[in-house]
Amino acid sequence: MSTENIMIVGVGGQGTLLASKLLGHVLLKQGLDVKVSEVHGMSQRGGSVVTYVRYGEKVYSPVIDRGEADIIVSFEMLEAVRWLEYLKPGGQMITNTQEIDPMPVITGAAQYPQDLVRKMQEAGAAVDAEDFLAMAEEAGSARAVNIVLMGRLSKHFPQITPKDWQDAIMEVVPPKFHDLNLKAFALGRA
Amino acid sequence: MRELMLGNKAVARGLYEAGCKVISSYPGTPSTEITEEAALYDEIYCEWAPNEKVALEVAHGASLGGVRSACAMKHVGLNVAADPLFTISYQGVNAGLVICVADDPGMHSSQNEQDSRHYAKAAKVPMLEPSDSAESLLFVKKAYEISEKFNTPVLVKMCTRVSHSQSVVETGERAEPLQVPYVKDPTKVMMTNNSRNAHVRVEQRTLALISYAEECDLNRVEMGDTALGIITSSTSYQYAKEVFGEGASILKLGMIYPLPEKLIRDFAGTVDRLVVLEELDPVIENHCRRLGLTVSGKDIFPVCGEFSQNLVRVCMGVKEPESVRAKENIPVPGRPPVMCAGCPHRGIFYILHKNNCMVYGDIGCYTLGAVPPLNAMDLNVCMGASCSGLHGFNKAMGQWGEKHSVGVIGDSTFIHSGITGITDIAYNGSNSTVIILDNSITGMTGHQQNPTTGKNLRGEPAGKVNLEALCRALGFERVRVVDPYDLAEVERVLKEELEADAPSIIISRRPCVMIKGIVHQAPLQVEEDKCKGCRACMKIGCPAISIKDNKARIDTTLCIGCKVCTQMCKFDALKTV
Repeated sequence: MSTENIMIVGVGGQGTLLASKLLGHVLLKQGLDVKVSEVHGMSQRGGSVVTYVRYGEKVYSPVIDRGEADIIVSFEMLEAVRWLEYLKPGGQMITNTQEIDPMPVITGAAQYPQDLVRKMQEAGAAVDAEDFLAMAEEAGSARAVNIVLMGRLSKHFPQITPKDWQDAIMEVVPPKFHDLNLKAFALGRA
Repeated sequence: MRELMLGNKAVARGLYEAGCKVISSYPGTPSTEITEEAALYDEIYCEWAPNEKVALEVAHGASLGGVRSACAMKHVGLNVAADPLFTISYQGVNAGLVICVADDPGMHSSQNEQDSRHYAKAAKVPMLEPSDSAESLLFVKKAYEISEKFNTPVLVKMCTRVSHSQSVVETGERAEPLQVPYVKDPTKVMMTNNSRNAHVRVEQRTLALISYAEECDLNRVEMGDTALGIITSSTSYQYAKEVFGEGASILKLGMIYPLPEKLIRDFAGTVDRLVVLEELDPVIENHCRRLGLTVSGKDIFPVCGEFSQNLVRVCMGVKEPESVRAKENIPVPGRPPVMCAGCPHRGIFYILHKNNCMVYGDIGCYTLGAVPPLNAMDLNVCMGASCSGLHGFNKAMGQWGEKHSVGVIGDSTFIHSGITGITDIAYNGSNSTVIILDNSITGMTGHQQNPTTGKNLRGEPAGKVNLEALCRALGFERVRVVDPYDLAEVERVLKEELEADAPSIIISRRPCVMIKGIVHQAPLQVEEDKCKGCRACMKIGCPAISIKDNKARIDTTLCIGCKVCTQMCKFDALKTV
C-alpha cells in the first residue's frame, strides 16, 4: 500500500498529542509502518499546533506537506482553514465547529473569518463539521473532545474494528478516564 | 519488542540498553525528553545540572570514574559546554561518554539556527547522526563502542524532526558493562607536554576514525537509478527517499564526523550527477569539494530553515502535488503562542511597558513579554545576557540607562548563567536593576526542577538556592521581593529601585500557574452593567479576556482568578463568580 497521511491540528492545550498517540497506537497494531511527528515547546503556549501521522508499508518523511494529506482532523475552525491547502484535492476535513479567538482577534487587530465550512467545500474538500465539543461535554468532559474526534475519524478506517480502537484507548488513557473516553469515542463514531 | 517511540525516548532507550549509569543534562527544546525518559529507568542516575557546561563535566567525571555516562542539550547548550568539550577531546574517556545535542532547524523553539556539526570538526570529536527513532537507539549504543575503542567522547546529533517524531523501534536488553577501574595517570593533567602529546594523539585518532568511517555500517550505499546520486544524512535522507525512492542512488551517512573519503569518491564514480542534500550549512558539500568532486548543494538548496519533501521537489525540479485551493482568499489571522491566563510574568511586563523601560530580556517563556499588547521587551541574546548585557548597556548610557533599564531573567536561567552577570554588576559597579522572575520551575521546556525549586529531577527533596541570600552575598544591598499579581506594589518597587544609586535585584515571586497542585482561585466574570467597554483590561494581553459587543468577556475555562485585570478596571466591573 502507498503511504496514507493524516494531520491533526488545533490550538496548544486542546489535547492533540493524546489523539495522535491513540492513532499511532492503533495503526502500529495493524502491523503497519507508522511515523508521528509533532513539535513541542514554544508552540504549546496557546499557539497553532500540528501533528503529522503517516502510515503504510514503509514510511520515510516524518512530515506531511502541502497537497499530501488524505484527512485533516481539526479541533478548531480557524486551524482547519489554516492547514486546508495541505489536503489532497477531494481530501477529507473533519472539523470541530468551535471557534477560539487568537490574540490578534482578541486585541482587535484582525477579524475571525466567517462562513468557513462553505469556503472549504468550495475549495474542493469533503467537509465533516460538527460541534464535537458538545459531544465531549455529553460524554462527561470538554477535555474528551480529542477522543470524540478520533471516534469520527475511525469511520474512515473500515479495516480497523471498534474493538481495536477501544483496546487502544484502554492502553493510552489512564484507567480512571476509561469510561469517559469510551463514551466519547462512541459518540464521535455514531 | 516493537514499539512506536519518540526519537528522544529512543535515545534514552539506547542509553539504557548500553548500560549507561550517569546522565547529567540541562533542559532545552528539542532535547529535553532524552533525560526525562532516561530518568524513568531506575538503573540510571539522572540529574538536571545548573547548565550544560556543568552537565558535560559531570558526565565526563562519571566516565573517568569508570561508568558509561551521557549528557543531553540543545544546540545552543553546546556553546555553553564547548569549553569542557574541546579539552575532554584531548583528555579522553575511561568508560564511554556520549554527548547528545539536538539542533532546531526552522527554530521552532530557539533563538538561532546554528549547525552543531561544526563543533564535531572544531573539537575533533566523532559525531553520529540518526535519521529516525530506530537509528537513534542503535547509534547511541554504537557511540559507546566508538567512545571506548577510540578513547574519545562521541557526539550524537539529533534535530527537531528526529527528536520529536515517533517511529518504530525494536527494543533489546540492557548490557551491564563492568566498572572500569580508575588508575591515576599523570599524563592526564592537561598542561605543557601532556597537552602537546594529547593533541598529537587526537590527530592520530582522527585518522583512525576516518578509516573506521570508510568501513563501518553507520554509512551505507543504497543503489537505485545511477543518473542521480544523493549524499545525505539525518531527516534529509527521509525526504530524499520520499521524493526519489529507487529513482536515485543514495549514500546515507550516519557518521558525520569524520567523513569518509574513499567511500564518497567511489560513490561519486558510480553516478552521473552528484547532489548533497543537508539542512543548514554545507558541511558534507564542502568536504566533497575538498575531495575535488563536482557536486550540487547549497547552489540549489537553502541554507536557512527546515527542509520538507516539497522543498526537495521544488529545488530538484520535481512537480509538487496538487492541493485543495480556496476559491477566494481567506485571511487567516496568525495564532502566536501567548502567556497563559494567570501567568505571573504578565504583571511585571505590563508595568515595564507602562513605565517605558528599556528591557533586556532573556531565554524562557517570558520572551513572550515581547509580543503585543505587552510589547515590553527590547531584545534578548542568550542565557544570562540580560544581566551582563544590561551592565554593559549602562556603562555606555550612564545614569539615564540606570534609571530607565532593567534586565529580566527567569529563575532557572539565572542559575544557569545569570549569577556571573550580576556578580559583574556588583563588582564593577553599575546601578543596574535586574528582575528575577522566580516562578518555581523551568517553564518553557515543560516544567523541570532546578536548583531554586528545592526538588531534584525525580521530584525528591533537594538542596534549594536562597536567591535573596545569594544576591546579598554577591554584593547587592538592595534585594526586594514582590508579588507580580500586585501591580501597584510592582510599580512602586520598580520606581524605587530604578531611582536608587545602587545596584538592585527585584525578585518577582509567584509559581507558574501550570505547576501541578498549584491552587487556582475562582474565575472572574464581567458585570455587564458596569463594563463601559473601555478595553483597559485588554492591555495586559490575557487570553481569557476578549471584547464582544463592546463589553469585556471572560472565558471562565481559562481564567484562574489572578485578579490582575481587576486592577486595570476603573469601573469595578470584573468580579469573582
